[in-house]
Amino acid sequence: MAVTRQDRPSGWYLAPAITFFGAFAVLPMVLVVYLSFTSWNGFGFPALSGAENWTRLIEDGRAWDSLWLTLLFMVLTWLVQTPIAMLIGVWAAGRQRNRAVLSSFFFLPLLLSTAAIALLWAAVLDPNFGATQALPFLGGVNFLGDTELVVYTVVWVISWQYIPFHTLLYQAAARQVPQSLYEAATLDGAGRYRQFFTITLPLLKYTVITSTVLMLVGSVTTFDTILILTGGGPGTATRILPLHMYITGFSGFEFGYASAIAVLLLLLGAGLSLAVTSATGFRKMQSQQEGM
Amino acid sequence: MSLRRLTRVTTQAGALVLAGALVAACGSSGPAGGGGEGGTGQVWALEDAALNPIEEASIDRFNEGSDSGELELATFGNDPYKQRLRVALGSPNAPDLFFNWGGGNLKEYVDAGQVEDLTGLLDENPELRDAFLPSVLAGAELDGKNYGLPMRGMQPVMLFYNQAVLESAGVEVPQTWDELLTAVDTLSAAGVTPVALAGTQAWTELMWIEYILDRVGGPEVFQAIRDGEPGAWEDPAVLESLEMLRELIDRGAFGDDFASVGYDVGGASTILAQGDAAFHLMGSWEYTNQLNDSPEFVEAGDLGWTTFPAIEGGAGDPSNLVGNVSNFYSLTSSSENKEAAREYLSTALTDDQYISDLIEAGDVPPVQGIRDQLAETENGDYATFIYDATADAENFQLSWDQDLPADEATEMLTQLEQFFLGNQTPQGFVEAMSGV
Repeated sequence: MAVTRQDRPSGWYLAPAITFFGAFAVLPMVLVVYLSFTSWNGFGFPALSGAENWTRLIEDGRAWDSLWLTLLFMVLTWLVQTPIAMLIGVWAAGRQRNRAVLSSFFFLPLLLSTAAIALLWAAVLDPNFGATQALPFLGGVNFLGDTELVVYTVVWVISWQYIPFHTLLYQAAARQVPQSLYEAATLDGAGRYRQFFTITLPLLKYTVITSTVLMLVGSVTTFDTILILTGGGPGTATRILPLHMYITGFSGFEFGYASAIAVLLLLLGAGLSLAVTSATGFRKMQSQQEGM
Repeated sequence: MSLRRLTRVTTQAGALVLAGALVAACGSSGPAGGGGEGGTGQVWALEDAALNPIEEASIDRFNEGSDSGELELATFGNDPYKQRLRVALGSPNAPDLFFNWGGGNLKEYVDAGQVEDLTGLLDENPELRDAFLPSVLAGAELDGKNYGLPMRGMQPVMLFYNQAVLESAGVEVPQTWDELLTAVDTLSAAGVTPVALAGTQAWTELMWIEYILDRVGGPEVFQAIRDGEPGAWEDPAVLESLEMLRELIDRGAFGDDFASVGYDVGGASTILAQGDAAFHLMGSWEYTNQLNDSPEFVEAGDLGWTTFPAIEGGAGDPSNLVGNVSNFYSLTSSSENKEAAREYLSTALTDDQYISDLIEAGDVPPVQGIRDQLAETENGDYATFIYDATADAENFQLSWDQDLPADEATEMLTQLEQFFLGNQTPQGFVEAMSGV
């Protein structure tokens, strides 16, 4: 049957989505761009200040340090999370004994709120009262107080928090891989490793991209865990750009300058996700299962 | 869908969004019925489980006995309060009376023309002025005018110590800076962290530099910095104080772990109570915290307290205190319930019932002539110590993070954290701050 014009949903179906997107995404973005050209400490009305915030941002050494730290976090968390999430996900997609029981343990962090996770790890890693103090080899290590080590501690905690979510993505994707491919490969004499690298991994390509975009954009916006775990400290050792924005805006009450940082974050997040999707051909939306 | 149709739908949806945003903007924030002629006057205060009921009761008593109008209490958590107050002042949702910390914190609101001058009220009621401790009332004084009246207890910063630890190391309670340095060396040699410091929170580090600077340079240095006088940070006293603090840190006074010790989770207080550290410089609320968290430590008589050591040759008087002077109620200039608010301020804050309720809750209110009443309470020794220290203080300096404008305070706390970690030099600190 030919599809006629009338069979397609009316354009009004878009209204709720556009309304929401407009009110909670576009409007705040426009406002934040406007605020970035003003000086406002919360009293009265914002006063236009031209490009003052932007020249200050360019000269602000701490903002650039924060930006590099943000990028470092982005790379490190991706490197830690992706292989682990993929392996557990593919494993959890199988039909092994105990899989269901073990999986539910792996997914446990998903049930905890960010605040709970940050407080939990802060307590575990406390140099005086923490659980790690009782462990051999780790006893004397100050995970949250050492300005070098704390970066890796935070990467660990964030990974611990988000690996289950990405595992879930990989599990669902791995289950979509047609069983017949594996059967054919087995007949051709391919072993388990060969099957993983030539069937599973290529078919997970779009999931890797989705998960990567989520991780990259997530690193640009996540700051709650770090705020509670270290507050950006010690000193500024873990003050990533979103946290720098928060402290400038809500401790220093320099809303104009904080908005300039927010715009930088916005551009960074949008740019990254565009770059990843276009570089990988994700946007062509081609099926990976043609002919199946 | 044709392009034209899509455009039309988008435009219509856009109009809806704008309309929605306008409605939201008009109806936003503030408890209902704020301000308004003949309406109920709004009193905003900081959330506190123990004190809010007392404040509520005081307002209820006022409402029953007054014919000038009614008041109503609304409370908020710390960070939301500061943000909300900032935006509300000057808007139709502004409260009538609002809680603040005095000093520079209040100055920002005064400079914005949002706060009513209360000097006239005090002049008309001399007995009201005389009812408060002068050093505390001065906390809400700017350029000789009064902008607020004290409404909660005083919270000066005191040097707490573990008596048992000092005894076993053979250390006397230090009266001077040099004695403190010697005590630090002796305690380090005995394998005890000399001073507990909750270094994850910069405000605990702030107390050290505040006291040292006060003893070295006196209150005038603080005032010049707060008033933004050119070159105020370059005062030689600032550099000298930072160098003294550097020496203290380098001697190992705070141990190696302070950068990851917290205060809110009971970190530094527990370290003191367990005898892993000898001293702890903290606000007067430390006593209540110890009593709640480590009662056996307090009951054994091991928790001691004293004033910050004197610094020989310094300009500051050894009786000077720093900390949270008190909290104040200030009247907004846009208030439409000024009569009721003024009557409340002039009668309710010195009311016998209100004061004895505060004392019972463990507060030390900044009013004259309550020493005997404090001495009779369960923790009378401590309460009278705080009372005497504040009554005798030549100057009571408000904590810097409240006294400086928010942007300057935030930068200063960051610099201070870096300083404690050894990532910033005394000279670098001064340069960074004078550049703000």
